[in-house]
Amino acid sequence: MHSSLWIAVLLLVPLVGAALALLTRKTEGRAYVVAVAAASIEMAVSLVVALLYNNHLAHAATFDFYTRHVLSAPLGLAYDVGIDGISLLMVVLTSLVVLLALLGARDRRREPAFVGWLLLLTCFTMGSFVAHDLLEFFIFFELTLIPCYFIIGQWGGAQRSRAAMKFFIYTFAGSASLLVGILYLGFTHQHQPGGGELTFGYGALSSTAMSHGTAVWLFIAFAVAFAVKSPIWPLHTWSPLTYAEAPTAGSIELSALLAKLGTYGLLRFAVGLFPLALSTMRPALLTLAVVGILYGSALACVTSDLKRLVAYSSLAQIGFITLGVMSGSQIATVGAVLLMFNHGVITIGFFLIIGFLEQRRASITVRDFTGLQGPAPVLAALFTVVMLASIGLPGLSGFVSEFLILLGTFATHAWWAVFASIGVVAAALYLLWAYQRVFHGRAEGANLEITDATSKERWVLVPVVVLIVALGVFPKPVLDRISPSVQQLIEHTTVNGVTK
Amino acid sequence: MAHVATLIVLFPLAGFLLVLLNGRNMSEKQIGAVGTGAVAASFLVSLISFFMLLSHSSREVTVRLFDWLSVGTLHVPAALLVDPLSITMSLFVTGISALIHLYSMGYMHGEKDYRKFFSYLNLFVFSMLVLVLANNLVLTFVGWEGVGLCSYWLISYYFDRDSAASAGKKAFIYNRVGDLGLLIAMFLLFNHTGTLTYLDVFSKTGTLSPTIATLTVLALLLAATGKSAQIPLFNWLPDAMEGPTPVSALIHAATMVTAGVYLLVRMSPVLAMSSSGRMSIAVIGGATAFVAATIATSQKDIKKVLAFSTVSQIGYMVLAVGVGAYSAAIFLMISHAFFKALLFLGSGSVIHSLNGEQDLRLMGGLKKYLPLTFPTFLVGWLTISGVPPFAGFWSKGDVLTNVFEHNKPLWALGVLTAILTAYYMSRLFVLTFRGTERFREVTQGHDPHESPWVMTAPLIVLAVLSVLGGVLDLPWVHHNSLAGFLEPTFGYVAAGGHAGTLAQWGLALVDVAAAVLGLLAAFSIWRGVTSSARYESAFLEHVWRWDDFYDATIGRPLARAAQFSDDVVEAQVIDGAVGAVALGVARSGEGLRKVQSGFVRHYALATVLGLAVIVVYLVARVG
Repeated sequence: MHSSLWIAVLLLVPLVGAALALLTRKTEGRAYVVAVAAASIEMAVSLVVALLYNNHLAHAATFDFYTRHVLSAPLGLAYDVGIDGISLLMVVLTSLVVLLALLGARDRRREPAFVGWLLLLTCFTMGSFVAHDLLEFFIFFELTLIPCYFIIGQWGGAQRSRAAMKFFIYTFAGSASLLVGILYLGFTHQHQPGGGELTFGYGALSSTAMSHGTAVWLFIAFAVAFAVKSPIWPLHTWSPLTYAEAPTAGSIELSALLAKLGTYGLLRFAVGLFPLALSTMRPALLTLAVVGILYGSALACVTSDLKRLVAYSSLAQIGFITLGVMSGSQIATVGAVLLMFNHGVITIGFFLIIGFLEQRRASITVRDFTGLQGPAPVLAALFTVVMLASIGLPGLSGFVSEFLILLGTFATHAWWAVFASIGVVAAALYLLWAYQRVFHGRAEGANLEITDATSKERWVLVPVVVLIVALGVFPKPVLDRISPSVQQLIEHTTVNGVTK
Repeated sequence: MAHVATLIVLFPLAGFLLVLLNGRNMSEKQIGAVGTGAVAASFLVSLISFFMLLSHSSREVTVRLFDWLSVGTLHVPAALLVDPLSITMSLFVTGISALIHLYSMGYMHGEKDYRKFFSYLNLFVFSMLVLVLANNLVLTFVGWEGVGLCSYWLISYYFDRDSAASAGKKAFIYNRVGDLGLLIAMFLLFNHTGTLTYLDVFSKTGTLSPTIATLTVLALLLAATGKSAQIPLFNWLPDAMEGPTPVSALIHAATMVTAGVYLLVRMSPVLAMSSSGRMSIAVIGGATAFVAATIATSQKDIKKVLAFSTVSQIGYMVLAVGVGAYSAAIFLMISHAFFKALLFLGSGSVIHSLNGEQDLRLMGGLKKYLPLTFPTFLVGWLTISGVPPFAGFWSKGDVLTNVFEHNKPLWALGVLTAILTAYYMSRLFVLTFRGTERFREVTQGHDPHESPWVMTAPLIVLAVLSVLGGVLDLPWVHHNSLAGFLEPTFGYVAAGGHAGTLAQWGLALVDVAAAVLGLLAAFSIWRGVTSSARYESAFLEHVWRWDDFYDATIGRPLARAAQFSDDVVEAQVIDGAVGAVALGVARSGEGLRKVQSGFVRHYALATVLGLAVIVVYLVARVG
């Protein structure tokens, strides 16, 4: 087991970076340099953590970098952190997202406050993914809202206050239900025979005895919060507006990263803590997942704006993740965890490229573009790679995760997998159609004069393309890290999933 | 062994990467040479592997490359299976590809995206080889979708033309529908045999229940109808003719579109478990062969005739698979690759000489201007028409003989299709090469030119192969024949053995009669006529109104449903419900009005206050 100092570093680097960035003056443009430096250090530390994780032991499932310090026994408040195979990828994704958002989304990045909020958001998100205690998780989870409000509400598009409002109403309602659930669970644990002190530690709470009915209600309380965050159909309607109105960096943070807080929470806490509820809740959530896939695909076909297209496509992708998370199959759950990461990378790619287009034409409306492949072949090629990964072309990253999810789910819930597979066809439909309208055809007027990707823009997308190809061709190192932890979680839910 | 077979796949991949990454610094000639050379090298290695396989005691060699997908009980390696079937496929795929690459050097000369064209073409060959050499279904799927992607790129090669862009997209979507079948077949097989590696699946087919076996076969058939352009997913192929002609020859005639047939043949041990599944295959194949042939009689575009002809010929192959005549299917696949590539490249040479004109009504009398294209095309025409002793006579005869033994109605349909085949090909031949010269306007008065040697040389090689291809599998030779080489690969071989000698002669005579009948009919109708409302019905010209039917029954209803979801469900139902809840909460308390003040700072403050409340609540509770 490695020292928990690594996690402390992961939490402190963005915090210090944010503080330093806020100390600089707006006119100097140093905030950006400070932020990129902090994000780069964060990225490097995450990669080291990923390499060190459990000393390459392929079959170790335990939490590494673990520590627990009780901060206040009467409050049940603790600093309790650790990383397992499920959170490891999320840690890497967190630092990747902020680094690429800073490097690639060129709007607003010179403002100290903007980059400061981005770094704070990174710290809070990181905290949520490494938290091994429910109260601690909730605090971090809730804190992520603050930077989000500011990023959307201050630097967003024309309808930014409406978007921020909608985002607020949804997430706040979700969080309230999560908080009630966490407190109830904690007190139930405390008051059960031999309960002792108040604790919200994940390990302790996962052995809480409860009735089937309690489990179902708690599951719902948790799932609502995570469904809003992900978003899972039908709690998604904040997301298209918010993704479209947020500045590029904000759209990236929200959809590539914060959405994963929802699916991660669903797997780790809702599924992990309430195995008894699964027999009841599985069919419902699997159905919502499939509806989300088909509904998201349908709306992606008819939407007229590129950011909304990605928002609805994400709704479908989150549907696949939810399917895997709820399937009860090890293979599908591993696929779901991998898709959380892959979807993050793919979404970074989409929003960055859309951001590049927005800079050139001050529009994200599909109708305003045509024939861009002629004047901008490199931009078209980069978009193609991201698009194909999203479509699930074998050999690229999206396929591996989608295939594992569908294959695994078919074994446990065949019909849901079959209907979900229709989403595979639909993805090709809406993405290729969008590609045709934007990049094919004959460019005229402003579209003809569009500049191709600059070398900076190309370099920012290099990591995205490399990850898409590498995880499609050789996903083994990643799968080997996810698999044991998922197996342990699935075994836990299977053993505790039946009433004793 | 291991390393050699790997090279078959690696050469085209290397060619692709070299042209893609370094192509900017290379001349057109160098790019063409690298692209063609890579595929030719791959062909040579296939030959070496073939001879090594012959001398090898075991005819199944697995080459493990690396561990690809490994989770729980799922183990999918990146590994190749070198066996008679995969090596036969590799040989003809790389051989034909090399010729068409050579031809493309001339045909694509001066195109703006020459580099991109050759890199796509090499990527295609790589994907096709992964498809046929993979040792498991998932890796086959990599190649399967890879060839589909290259097909999409090459169909929409002239992307500034809307028709080309739409055709590419259509091809990809139709193929994706088929791919759904392959995915589901994989799910079923993994669920019931626990593996997706071919040889392991085959050793466990006995555990498949009849229902599961039939479902699997039907799912595989769906996959095949997409990739191999069969009913109900065949109508993307004619649109695919928007691509440059070498692409039509290579991808949409000789190689990729036969992948569905390959998949079915590869899965023959599973097909063996379901007679109703095989029956469905045979019916789909027979029906497609016939329907496509009727459509081909009324097309006015030279490439569209050839496209429907391809659909029809693949229908024969699928029909052969359906009756368990696997080696006959492969035999027809190979000889078809020879003569259809020949016909497409020949038509390309014609189109090239007429400045890109593809309309049969604007051709005619080209015989004397194209001294090499004409005789080679003549060979192709006679071969596909089933005239002895060309390859088509033997391979189509092989299929029809087998069908006769299993299913008389389908055999009759096959013979009818053979008459139509000879008819529409003769029509095309007459309208192109004979009769009056109708192309003067297109060529602006000039005489058409014969193509350069890089284009005519492949024509000559393919013509020779079309003449001699029959020797691969002559009916009276049982040793050293294609069938003898392939048969150990199949789990189930058509029962009942071969028909008696007398019956074979009789069936051969029927085939010859069908060919002659079609030829005579075409010559008597199309002498001096260039279009005829009577013999080119609008119904047939418009592909039995298939696209309109799909548009009305699937396309438009789905579009309406999506629009309804956007306008009503999303905007009013879901958002309305949430809005109502929010409004209700807001109205229920005066104090809450301040919360909705619209300033994000207040929300942030609310969050912090919320956290404070948690702490206070906890203290109170514990205290």
